[in-house]
Amino acid sequence: MDEFSVLIGGKAGFGIDKSSLIIASIFNQLGYRLYIYRDYPSLIRGGHTFSIIRSSKQKIASHTNKIDFLLALTQDTVDLHRDKLKDNAILIYDSDSIKQDTLPESGQAIGLALSKIIKEENAPEIMRNVCVIGALCKVAGIAWSSLEVVFKKNFPKIGDMNLKVARRGYDGVKELLNIESLNQKKLPLFTGNEATALGLIKGGLKAYIAYPMTPSSPILHTMANLAENFSLKVIHPENEIAVMLMALGFSYCGQKVAVGTSGGGFCLMTEGLSFSAMAELPVVAIVGQRPGPSTGLPTYSSQTEMHFALNAGHGEFTRFVVAPGDAEEAYYWSQVALNISWKYQIPSIILSDKTLGEGTYSFDESLIREIKEEAPLMWDGKGIYKRYMNTDTGVSPLAFVPNKDAIIKVNSYEHDELGITTEDPGQTQRMQDKRLRKEKRLTEELASYEAVKVYTNDRSSVGMLCWGSNKGVCVELGKKLHLKVIQPVVLSPFPIKQLTDALQSVKLLVVVESNATGQLVRLISRYGIRVQKKILKYDGRPFSLDELEEKLKEFVG
Amino acid sequence: MKNLGTYAQNTWCPGCGNFAILTAIKAVLNTLNDEGLPLENVVLLSGIGCHAKIADYINLNSFYSLHGRVFPPATGIKIANPNLKVIGHAGDGDAYGEGLEHLIFAAKRNVDMTAIIHNNRVYGLTTGQYTPTSPLGFKGRSTPFGTKEHPINPLELMLASGATFLARGTSHGLELLKKIFKEAILHKGFALVDVLQVCVTYYNMYEYYDKRVYELKDHNPEDYDQALEKIRQWDYNNDSPIALGVLYRKEAPTFEEGFPVSQVKPIERDARLKLLFNEAI
Repeated sequence: MDEFSVLIGGKAGFGIDKSSLIIASIFNQLGYRLYIYRDYPSLIRGGHTFSIIRSSKQKIASHTNKIDFLLALTQDTVDLHRDKLKDNAILIYDSDSIKQDTLPESGQAIGLALSKIIKEENAPEIMRNVCVIGALCKVAGIAWSSLEVVFKKNFPKIGDMNLKVARRGYDGVKELLNIESLNQKKLPLFTGNEATALGLIKGGLKAYIAYPMTPSSPILHTMANLAENFSLKVIHPENEIAVMLMALGFSYCGQKVAVGTSGGGFCLMTEGLSFSAMAELPVVAIVGQRPGPSTGLPTYSSQTEMHFALNAGHGEFTRFVVAPGDAEEAYYWSQVALNISWKYQIPSIILSDKTLGEGTYSFDESLIREIKEEAPLMWDGKGIYKRYMNTDTGVSPLAFVPNKDAIIKVNSYEHDELGITTEDPGQTQRMQDKRLRKEKRLTEELASYEAVKVYTNDRSSVGMLCWGSNKGVCVELGKKLHLKVIQPVVLSPFPIKQLTDALQSVKLLVVVESNATGQLVRLISRYGIRVQKKILKYDGRPFSLDELEEKLKEFVG
Repeated sequence: MKNLGTYAQNTWCPGCGNFAILTAIKAVLNTLNDEGLPLENVVLLSGIGCHAKIADYINLNSFYSLHGRVFPPATGIKIANPNLKVIGHAGDGDAYGEGLEHLIFAAKRNVDMTAIIHNNRVYGLTTGQYTPTSPLGFKGRSTPFGTKEHPINPLELMLASGATFLARGTSHGLELLKKIFKEAILHKGFALVDVLQVCVTYYNMYEYYDKRVYELKDHNPEDYDQALEKIRQWDYNNDSPIALGVLYRKEAPTFEEGFPVSQVKPIERDARLKLLFNEAI
């Protein structure tokens, strides 16, 4: 099999998330490229939670609803996902809790008496999951040793018991297939959130400040776990207002800082975002999108904050907004965002979503352009220090406290070059011009980046336009259906020249977005670019390959 | 003595209580400077309101923040560099209203900083509305028939929140203010000074305060019960005597001590990242 998908489902609290990572790690040992889609409700116990682990010889960044292996720990899993099974799919189920007469007719169903096994082994309930993982390995013809390696790494404390229970599953079923081992380099598995965190660290981050909010909390957790190792200052303050303002305190002291949240938290951060622009205190904000308005669907995904990110904060100011599409892009652009924020002394926003943030990817560092941490423009120590010196580029040289030769005044009011409040009309206009001038330089610099990415057949007259996490599903289908795929990665300052060049040969432009109103369509319409067809999805779930393919076929035959 | 002034034109009303605070803080910083504190190590923050102009009037490092948002950046600055002396000026609307949660958390964490609250019990810059410490029935422009809510007692709230130094002064008592400011700045931990700073234009309380204030004597600020009693004596609403001086003091570990201080060199950082990549295979 060149590719196959495993769906594991149960209740929250059954260890579905951990199981999916273990299954992915086992296939990773065999040299496959992975992508995990996680679907879970906003609760701690109960409900229905599932993951789809897709393995392929090729690098992938999307899931499919055509399932080869269904691992069902509950009746719900069978009932809710039976339609996704391929004809020859294999179902491994808990025969103690799932009714025989509800099983699908096609394919093969293999029952394991999980409750009985758990009882006999005197193991905790949660280990039902490792029992089905054991069975999956045997059915798929995977050597016990591959499973053992992964288990030992993932369960350093209670590995023996887990292995014992997994062995019951392994020995309790027959080998039905032989999933071959591939001769290619194994890659690390990272979520988009982890890749973002590591990219920021690589970019020289000194402090990370966040209030927990799905889907960005895992960045906070990752940073907190890595704090000692990388000498990071990681803080979880009272709310997002404090988050942003605390970050500006770090920025004032010359320490690279980032914050992370979702739309609701970002609402609270906007007064501080505007302050960052006025006081020219660099900060990077990660906004993980989820469906709104308001609380919306906390644990699901959307692309609804593009215009919010582009317009957030009162007043007019230069900002850098980027929407990475997968783990490599998240890693790369996080570094770029830090560099740009400090080079231009502006706020940057990394627009992510639940699909990217909590999706797991095979991470291939060799695909990422090397990028160096750039030193910001520093004051030469001559004369009187002017924090807001009016320069040709709009960027004023920096000095940080304590500096015995400089008095460093930052100000949320309009201010003169020394940072003292002014309401003088001429000065007001000059300072606003100074700050906005930075956008010109930034736009010029961005011409040297792949701010708009173009994939597959360059001469195709049909173009698929996407942004953010839809990259994975669009690029894969673009290859299959011979369509040109165009992905604006930078959203502000908008790379209109690169987009226009990319659209040169395109006659039919189809946009794919995870929102109800077509936010990218609205953005590019400002530049006179028209889209012929829109494929919009706003049920909180990302496009699966099969689903998008069907929709595309309506337009492109 | 260094002048510490700037070229900014002072726009406080004649007789404004803020002048006393400005004079006192300049004098104290000069004294501390003489005693060895490098002035470049001082960062002065302010919120938004009449009080906040102090950032423009003192020629030192300053962070002129947003309304209610003095203590989050002050916390960030202190954690970023624990060697700095961080002094946050805030108004009563600022600290006790718009940004109350930040004040409570700064006290709860015992961040080593000084909070100087210019408490005039009225919004001056927005031309005369009630604040969280205005008395019941206060007639302001947003409450022409009098407020229907009681004031909070900020010192009692701060005591409950974990502040480790609490004091009160008035803008009619310059020498006492200097003494309190100096002690507050030298205190290791979260120190709050509530200054009954009179707004001559919208709420002139000079006479009222002059009749009721007294300086604490034979008071042991390390005794929590004594402190609580003195703090509760006047609730910002009744006409009881008003205690001035250091009300409460306690030693406790400070928040900024708990963060990594070592630096990881880029080469070492990149090597550790490589290790993480390998671990994730």
